[in-house]
Amino acid sequence: MEHAQGVAGGAPALALERVTCAFAARGSEGRYIAVEDTTLAVQPGEFVSVVGPTGCGKSTLLNVAAGLLAPSSGRTLVHGALLAGVNARAGYMFQSDALMPWRNALDNVTAGLEFRGMTKADAAGKARAWLERVGLTGFDDRYPHQLSGGMRKRVALAQMLILDPEILLMDEPFSALDVQTRQLMENELLDLWSADRKSVLFITHDLQEAISLSDRVVVLSAGPATHPLGDFAIDLPRPRDVAEIRMSPRFVELHEAIWQVLKSEVLKGYAQSKH
Amino acid sequence: MRKASTDLKTNRGLLAVYQTLLLVALFAIWYVLTETGVLAPFFFGKPLKVLEVIWEWFTGGKIYPHLAITLIETLLAFAAGSVLGLVIGLWLALSPLASALSDPYIKALNAMPRVILAPIFAVWFGLGITSKVALGVTLVFFIVFFNVYQGVKEVSPVVLANARMLGASKNQLLRYIYLPSATSWVFSSLHTSVGMAFVGAVVGEYLGSAKGVGYLILQAEGVFDINTVFAGILVLTVFALLLDFAVTKIESRLLVWRPKTAETEAM
Repeated sequence: MEHAQGVAGGAPALALERVTCAFAARGSEGRYIAVEDTTLAVQPGEFVSVVGPTGCGKSTLLNVAAGLLAPSSGRTLVHGALLAGVNARAGYMFQSDALMPWRNALDNVTAGLEFRGMTKADAAGKARAWLERVGLTGFDDRYPHQLSGGMRKRVALAQMLILDPEILLMDEPFSALDVQTRQLMENELLDLWSADRKSVLFITHDLQEAISLSDRVVVLSAGPATHPLGDFAIDLPRPRDVAEIRMSPRFVELHEAIWQVLKSEVLKGYAQSKH
Repeated sequence: MRKASTDLKTNRGLLAVYQTLLLVALFAIWYVLTETGVLAPFFFGKPLKVLEVIWEWFTGGKIYPHLAITLIETLLAFAAGSVLGLVIGLWLALSPLASALSDPYIKALNAMPRVILAPIFAVWFGLGITSKVALGVTLVFFIVFFNVYQGVKEVSPVVLANARMLGASKNQLLRYIYLPSATSWVFSSLHTSVGMAFVGAVVGEYLGSAKGVGYLILQAEGVFDINTVFAGILVLTVFALLLDFAVTKIESRLLVWRPKTAETEAM
């Protein structure tokens, strides 16, 4: 199981360096620090998951990596180059529905190609192939509201992957799905990912999901002033089946080790959310 | 009782029969009251005379040019008002400075009863269709404007962020995100804005014109021909209903992507 983790001398695909994000606090003066002094790197071809309690600023971190949000201090490097503006080498899969409701499945998938100036006919040809790859043959002309939650996620996946981004940013993409659909989608994601090994930064609050998908799991502290607490290499063999791998002894071991770190943070986050 | 009312709701054919009977009954009451002299025919007209006038209008062909004028005025007012509302709505919604600057004036113009502009438009644009279109535009504009403004403000931030990640430039965001979102709001206000365009056309005609159904009513009123006034009102009402029906048809075409509450999810 070799892959390009830490290629000698090569710059990481994505690096957040000492990133801090502060927002104007609601109601009172002063600032709310969502993320503090966070350094995080994803090597080319590496699948990194970030886990942390709900509301700990995971999405903030991802928005910084996407270039949608400028950090208060610190910087983002993409393949060694300083990121300014939207990260053009990254695809982003959002937690909530991000499809254009007025475009059908096919037109949603072609959108990115159209933005790049490809003709509609050429884009449609590629988009049909992608819809097929995510298992949605024959659903071209369905509008998002006519698709189930899982199907919408598949369209979003195709919409992102058709542009062939080098880096995938995923913000709890499957959290709204039921457990069965979720495991199916996770397996499909791994299949698609293993075909060309893109660099992935995957945000989740589900530790099992994080371990079963990733090469590395980073644990974040509870907010405010979220920062990484631990960094665990996941040495489970690939290819993996996300449902089966959960039974393996090594998985249980890793889960136990990471949960030790995560547990106190989850409790902290829970105590805060009660106030 | 309850069962009977639900039966009526579900049986559309039967409902239509009862609805027609209700209309006939109203006409009968009107007929009896004016024939027996309880209501003075001079003020309330006579239903049979009214229907006779309408019959003559349609068989003699006298009404068609007037209807055509009113329809053209309505459509022009609707089109011009919508385009103006769309353009200015998009512009103000996307430019915070322009929006802040013009805010009190927009509010003032919207609060003003715009029908009082009709005499000014008559002076500026004469008694032809232009002055009616202008009046209709002032009515339609604000409905479309506020809907577009709202539509742009309510574009989902996630959809917007997603489009940016997919590589949309500023112009592409306008074309692929803001415009479709805004037009969907315009379509959803179609009934109101077409209705307002119609009001603008008829009121404009009524206040001074040489053609149109409003003009017919104005003429008849001038000679106290109350039957013709009622005939004009009836024709306008039916016309408005037909217009509304057409809008409903167009609307369901344009908004196929909108979820209907009663629709089940496919699969």
